[in-house]
Amino acid sequence: MAGVRVLVGTSKGAFILTADAGRKKWEVSGPHFGGWEVYHLTGSPADPDRLYASQSTGWFGQLIQRSDDGGASWAPAGNDFNYQGEAGTHLWYDGTPRPFEFKRVWHLEPSAADPDVVYAGAEDAALFRSADGGGSWEELPALRQHASAPGWQPGAGGMCLHTIMLDPGDPGRIFTAISAAGAFRSDDGGTSWRPINRGLHSEGIPDEDAEVGHCVHRLARHQARPDVLFMQKHWDVMRSDNAGDSWQEVSGDLPTDFGFTIGVHAHEPDTVFVVPITSDSLHYPPDGKLRVYRSRSGGNEWEPLADGLPQRDCYVNVLRDAMAIDSLDECGVYFGTTGGQVYASADAGDSWAPIVHDLPRVLSVEVQTLP
Amino acid sequence: MIRVTLPAHLRTLAQVDGEVQLQVAGQVTQRAVLDALEERYPMLRGTIRDRARGRRRAFIRFFACEEDLSNEQPDAPLPEAVAAGSEPFMVVGAMAGG
Repeated sequence: MAGVRVLVGTSKGAFILTADAGRKKWEVSGPHFGGWEVYHLTGSPADPDRLYASQSTGWFGQLIQRSDDGGASWAPAGNDFNYQGEAGTHLWYDGTPRPFEFKRVWHLEPSAADPDVVYAGAEDAALFRSADGGGSWEELPALRQHASAPGWQPGAGGMCLHTIMLDPGDPGRIFTAISAAGAFRSDDGGTSWRPINRGLHSEGIPDEDAEVGHCVHRLARHQARPDVLFMQKHWDVMRSDNAGDSWQEVSGDLPTDFGFTIGVHAHEPDTVFVVPITSDSLHYPPDGKLRVYRSRSGGNEWEPLADGLPQRDCYVNVLRDAMAIDSLDECGVYFGTTGGQVYASADAGDSWAPIVHDLPRVLSVEVQTLP
Repeated sequence: MIRVTLPAHLRTLAQVDGEVQLQVAGQVTQRAVLDALEERYPMLRGTIRDRARGRRRAFIRFFACEEDLSNEQPDAPLPEAVAAGSEPFMVVGAMAGG
């Protein structure tokens, strides 16, 4: 029977939430890796039983866990993330050079074609690839060695490579995003990269239209329209119709265009979801009302979705990797909060209900649509 | 046999209960004990010493015989009581955060 498996990474472990296609009754398993930060937990599109998890703590460093049975059991995979060649430097918060040094993995992106191929986005910003199911990792160093890298500066959460998008139709094309360097694209499998930030405008940097230095929070797109990208920037919701060559703002009538996460409907390429957050200094929803906003026109016109979400005294945040969208016929949308709630909508955002109320701070949400 | 105690998270990771007992060839040093530990429990690699340089992670401490040995040289001999197995070599997670 078709169903969904929602994969939740939190500050104190991972949780797996499963339901049938009705998405009303949920089973919760976890915590897996209790007490550890799980920045990201995700599944292979090529084999839904293959899961990967990024597990870390300040005490014991980084581990990668792998499951071959849909999360019923796990085993540690490789955790040797060595930067290739000269480490080089980036700028620290005070503007001084600081060597690139591995800290943790923020995001894992499995290949759509091969369950053993998976990419990892690291802090300090670097892209790694494994071709053996996470057993060993090799850096694709050209990104970290880009000519602009010595000028990259971390965002408040660290200088993380947090978004990786692969193109099933073009194995050479990879998109990444780094806070606070911006978005980058490779058309040759990671051998070379170019910044794709034209059209971004950021008031917090000296040159507001600089080629790099923008705090891109998240990228999203529809698989069937790979050149149309959506971006939640620190401030501004943006759209590109040419694979990032240029961007236009599509914040339109949003109550605020600050936020972290963004997602695209599984069947409607112009239906986009964001969760507006008050401001860069007030990381909670406007007026204490948690609302997802949906555009059915690819941006600019947005409608609030509040049915089933708290509309008073709500001061949680929704982080960049904490929203996911399933591909059942009636598209499901999921997001997790820093207050430990995971909300689900089985009707593309029209109505919502919490799956769980009291998890630790939710760092990431992914969903697998199961046959 | 060398006795090693691990913090709870690392016992869970290595799937062990209580102390670990290790055979260490040659001089019993911090490096030799940790090498033997990681050889037997490869999943612990990188959790006590960082993968890039092999240095003790910042929030890890090494105690034995009521002494803090964290900043001793990795190749310095450990106390005789550790080498003899009468006292454990303790890998400790620093008290910080939650």
